Amino acid sequence: MPRFTVPLGIFLLLVVLLGVGLTLNPRLVPSPLVDKPLPAFELPTVLDPEQRLSHDELRGRVSLLNVWATWCVPCREEHPVLVGIARRGEAIIYGLNYKDDREEAVNWLETLGDPYVKSGFDPTGRAGIDLGVYGVPETFIIDANGTIVYKHIGPFDDKIWRETLLPLVKKAQENSS
Amino acid sequence: MIPELGHFALILALLTAATQSLIPLFGGLKRTANVSAAAVPAARAQFVFCLLAFACLTAAFVLQDFSVTYVATNSNSALPLHYRVSAVWGAHEGSLLLWALILSGWTVAVTFFSRNLPDVFRVRVIAVMGAISVGFYLFMLLTSNPFSRLLPSAVEGNDLNPLLQDFGLILHPPMLYMGYVGLVVPFSFAVAALIGGRLDPAWTRWTRPWTVVAWVFLTLGITLGSWWAYYELGWGGWWFWDPVENASFMPWLMATALIHSLAVSEQRGAFKAWTVLLAIFAFSLSLLGTFLVRSGVLVSVHAFATDPARGLFILMFLALVVGSALVLFALRAQAVSGGGRFDLFSRETLLLINNVLLVVAAASVLLGTLYPLILDAMGLGKISVGPPYFNSVFVPLVLVLLAVLGIGPLTRWKKDRSRRLATLLRWPLIASIVAGVVLTVASDAEGLAAVLAGLVFAAWVAATTALALVERVKLRTSPLAGLLRLPRGFTGMTVAHLGAAVMVVGITLTTALSTEKDLRLSPGDTYAIAGYEFRFSGVRQSPGPNYRAQRGHIEVTRSGKTIAQLFPEKRLYLNSSSPMTEAAIDPGFTRDLYAALGDELGDGAWAVRIYHKPFVRWIWLGGLLMALGGILAVTDRRYRIMVRNERGRSDRALASGAFAEG
Amino acid sequence: MIFVGVIVTGVALAATLAFIAIGENMLYFFSPTQVKNGEAPRERTLRVGGLVVPGSVAREQGSLTVQFDLSDNRESLTVKYTGILPDLFREGQGIVATGALEPGGTFVAEEVLAKHDEKYMPPEVAEALELAEQGGRMSNPQE
Repeated sequence: MPRFTVPLGIFLLLVVLLGVGLTLNPRLVPSPLVDKPLPAFELPTVLDPEQRLSHDELRGRVSLLNVWATWCVPCREEHPVLVGIARRGEAIIYGLNYKDDREEAVNWLETLGDPYVKSGFDPTGRAGIDLGVYGVPETFIIDANGTIVYKHIGPFDDKIWRETLLPLVKKAQENSS
Repeated sequence: MIPELGHFALILALLTAATQSLIPLFGGLKRTANVSAAAVPAARAQFVFCLLAFACLTAAFVLQDFSVTYVATNSNSALPLHYRVSAVWGAHEGSLLLWALILSGWTVAVTFFSRNLPDVFRVRVIAVMGAISVGFYLFMLLTSNPFSRLLPSAVEGNDLNPLLQDFGLILHPPMLYMGYVGLVVPFSFAVAALIGGRLDPAWTRWTRPWTVVAWVFLTLGITLGSWWAYYELGWGGWWFWDPVENASFMPWLMATALIHSLAVSEQRGAFKAWTVLLAIFAFSLSLLGTFLVRSGVLVSVHAFATDPARGLFILMFLALVVGSALVLFALRAQAVSGGGRFDLFSRETLLLINNVLLVVAAASVLLGTLYPLILDAMGLGKISVGPPYFNSVFVPLVLVLLAVLGIGPLTRWKKDRSRRLATLLRWPLIASIVAGVVLTVASDAEGLAAVLAGLVFAAWVAATTALALVERVKLRTSPLAGLLRLPRGFTGMTVAHLGAAVMVVGITLTTALSTEKDLRLSPGDTYAIAGYEFRFSGVRQSPGPNYRAQRGHIEVTRSGKTIAQLFPEKRLYLNSSSPMTEAAIDPGFTRDLYAALGDELGDGAWAVRIYHKPFVRWIWLGGLLMALGGILAVTDRRYRIMVRNERGRSDRALASGAFAEG
Repeated sequence: MIFVGVIVTGVALAATLAFIAIGENMLYFFSPTQVKNGEAPRERTLRVGGLVVPGSVAREQGSLTVQFDLSDNRESLTVKYTGILPDLFREGQGIVATGALEPGGTFVAEEVLAKHDEKYMPPEVAEALELAEQGGRMSNPQE
């Protein structure tokens, strides 16, 4: 009998190993770049190439910086949430249009609504690199001093907004007033 | 509406699959055959629902319903119709659905071809398959629903990964999945036999053809994948030891071992517990392979972190299926083990060596594939294991395997005399060494030892296989009659073994003799490799349906005679703005000429990759021969008779057979 | 019993072979920061990854040699490669290169890989970036 349990033993060992692998790897990094000043950037805006958006503009009041692209399917799910936030006036939102096509980006804002005060146009992803963007969408909360308070990776929905992001925005507003 | 219908069909499929796997429990408890018999219609209904779900997803692609997330992510309005259909299985969710569909297809096939199995056994087999279906439907519905909606809906889709916009993709995954999933049949037969605690010759006779059919599909799928990678990836490589490839190769190695071990069990009644274990392993590795590829764990353990639900589900499902099969094995294997005794010097021993080698080969591939994952999981650094590892482990194993392969078919069952074999094998040995040496010298290659080894062993397999054929035919009065009367099973084995020899020749010569050059060419430049002169005459624009291409022109001449016009392309897919290299290939029986475009270097000059690859087609020819051998073997007379009896007897199913406790 | 013997010997032999081979053929991954800190061994095959710094890609005239900088947003590393770059090699793109460090500190690549899907980073690169941002270090064999 015992020799027939050998395969089971080996298999259990493998499962334990994989299981350990799972638990040993929570998200390593809760929020990188946090508590650091927003890196410098200056970009033309999506809607008007003559206009500019720079890191300076995000100073003075609490704002969100949302990295988006038309090729990004989760952004499409997230977009109405952003539109809702802007309509309710819960936060000021800036956009960073990442590795995208201008015409498609303009079309997106015209058809789906434009929640952004301004969206910087970053076709090469240069500003994205400085911001440490490695997936779209990502959303930064920036306080009045221009410091990054929080970074959310991936899309967020109304629930995450109400329960996680909005309280952080409010706290940042209290701190700066 | 259509996606909701699909979603609904998927739920119904889950429910019928659950019925199919649970009913036998009740039937078994109450010992009522009528209740158990419901498993068969449930299995068929499950197939219909799954087919409906699949049809709905296909319809969503064909009708360009970009309100479905999966469609919006993997299709585009400019995508040609045939790629829209194949895009159904182009990514995670859809390929799971294809998996489930094929699984239910195999189940239905079992319900039709198993009518003269004892009822209890038949229902158990179907129940085990149902349980696995349940796992897949749950996985889809809970973590990867292909029908989930995108709100607001996308105006335009994201496009299918351009790499996958190819004829090879239309065929490759379904073939591979047919093989992967087909291994569920021997697995279910094995589990059912363990539950019943009896395993007799009829079991092996039933399991063997199913295994061979699955193996044929797997062989074709892998061969097709290798060929696809060769012409589509633009590197001219035919095997990369990529984790995705390994995931299909491990079950293949196990299935190959299983086929050989089944031969022993069928002919001699030996190795029974071992055969059952191999059947469990083969399917476990298919499951593991599917999940490794589909969960993204291979790309990074952090894929688990990004979607913990998927990773956890996968691990639990795997542990449940494989774990319970192995627990059963530990409890019941004693009951099914034992069987014919045999001598040290016998065909049984050689097949055992074959099995050990194949299993060790599969284990070494598994180790190379999982090792980086394990180290990463334990925080010991990020590593990758490159092809040198696999080559250095694999080549010696395969050479020993080939040596044994030559002797096996000539050896007698049970007991043989070494004198007899030595006399018999003298001539093939001399012939293969002479042929190997002559061919090596003629090939004029570098790396002499490797070429010599490859060719000698290939010749050895060919010579011994031919000798086995001659010995077999000799038993008849006239050679022609003998050849015609040969059982298909034997012909199949011969063809498959010759396929292995052909493949070894292909691998050896391509590896040793290929010339590969990355060049900077301006229009009008010429470059000669292996006696072929490549003349580059520049690049011009050429539009495609959903891409823009830059099309190069290279004329190949040999001693002034034009051999081929090559048109390699560099495409830019418009919707995803992803670039793709389309290599141009002039195929030939003894050599391929291969050209691919790199970057534009200014002044009309381009980086161009030019290859001369001798005998590369032999690799895939070998794969096709192996598959053909498998097909011949399943159409053997004894299986045809079995199917015919099946039809005759279908009405009066055997209430209690030789099989189960009944 | 003979058969058990055959199996055990075969498996033991193969396992030894496999572990020796795996030890010899393991490729460790290093980020540009780790390389700059001198954590990566010289003249040994290894893998590095990061983002191709925009504007740093330079071709040598009349040959297929390309030179570019690889960055994890903290440090950067010069990479040299001769041959045809993959389709998805672009400035700003995350790539992984296999090769060795020259005594001068330049990384000479034998192979350059860019992910099939340009929109996403190779995971090693993503992790290198995250950690560089935090000032953390990647786990590596020396620790």
